[in-house]
Amino acid sequence: MRPTLSELTVGQALGSRSIEVTRTDLVKYAGASGDFNPIHWNEAFATGVGLPGVIAHGMFTMGAAVQLVTDWAGDPAAVVDFQTRFTKPVPVADTTGDAAAGAVIEVSGAIGALDADAGTARVDLTVLSGGQKVLMKAQAVVRLA
Amino acid sequence: MTINPDLQGRSYPAAEVYDVGREKIREFARAVKAAHPAHFEVDAARALGHSDLVAPPTFAIIVAQRADAQLIEDPESGIDFSRVVHADQRFVHHRPIVAGDRLVAELHVDGVRAMGGGAMITTRSEIFAVRGNEAGTEAGSEPGTGAREAVATTTSSILVRGQEQ
Repeated sequence: MRPTLSELTVGQALGSRSIEVTRTDLVKYAGASGDFNPIHWNEAFATGVGLPGVIAHGMFTMGAAVQLVTDWAGDPAAVVDFQTRFTKPVPVADTTGDAAAGAVIEVSGAIGALDADAGTARVDLTVLSGGQKVLMKAQAVVRLA
Repeated sequence: MTINPDLQGRSYPAAEVYDVGREKIREFARAVKAAHPAHFEVDAARALGHSDLVAPPTFAIIVAQRADAQLIEDPESGIDFSRVVHADQRFVHHRPIVAGDRLVAELHVDGVRAMGGGAMITTRSEIFAVRGNEAGTEAGSEPGTGAREAVATTTSSILVRGQEQ
């Protein structure tokens, strides 16, 4: 069942999820997206430019966070506008060879605004890693029936 | 090297065509840990009224970053890619991207602002779908002049850190 605009209220929570991230995930994202900046896969390069270590692509975090919205909306194409600011890097520890996550991204969403004329709902995402907000003003506008 | 302030207002015309393939949509969807069946199964996408597999909401970054590369690799820009930090990103979809689309991106440099020893650069990619060789991939035709359909507008700000930052 896809949500309908008339049954939503501002402030309504849309649930949450935890996304486990490994260095392998970053290599996969680099390959899939074509973004091969070595700060996302090479420890020496990342620390050499002053980062705490290898960090996730901002676009990985943004792309993974919106899945909460896509799954709730029931159609990926319902997301007509999606924006964010990248405020903090997400360092991903090297856990090669064991099953542990190198970082965990916590995503939760709530209805931020409703526009009956446009037929859209704005979902505001809260995205944390290591207890810090890594995305700010992460907002997805969703077209609903 | 400092950022060239004359970049503001510059445009780079649509260049090569990006062909959206089913396996690329599946690969990108897996890479962002997307599980919606409309990214993976054609029947699931068609049940939602789409002609083919639907790309995830941030898929257009592939096309946008290819367009951005024209600016970053332009020797006149003065941008050192190793000092670039992604500051913000927005996708406005005029219609969904689906497998089979042939996309081109027109890049516009909307803002260049000095920040400390570096600069904040805002770019916009207007992404269009084209048919056949209308993007001008054949010799003798002008890129981006054929019939085209607006698909997405992406905007991105990058911070190019100065040497002291």
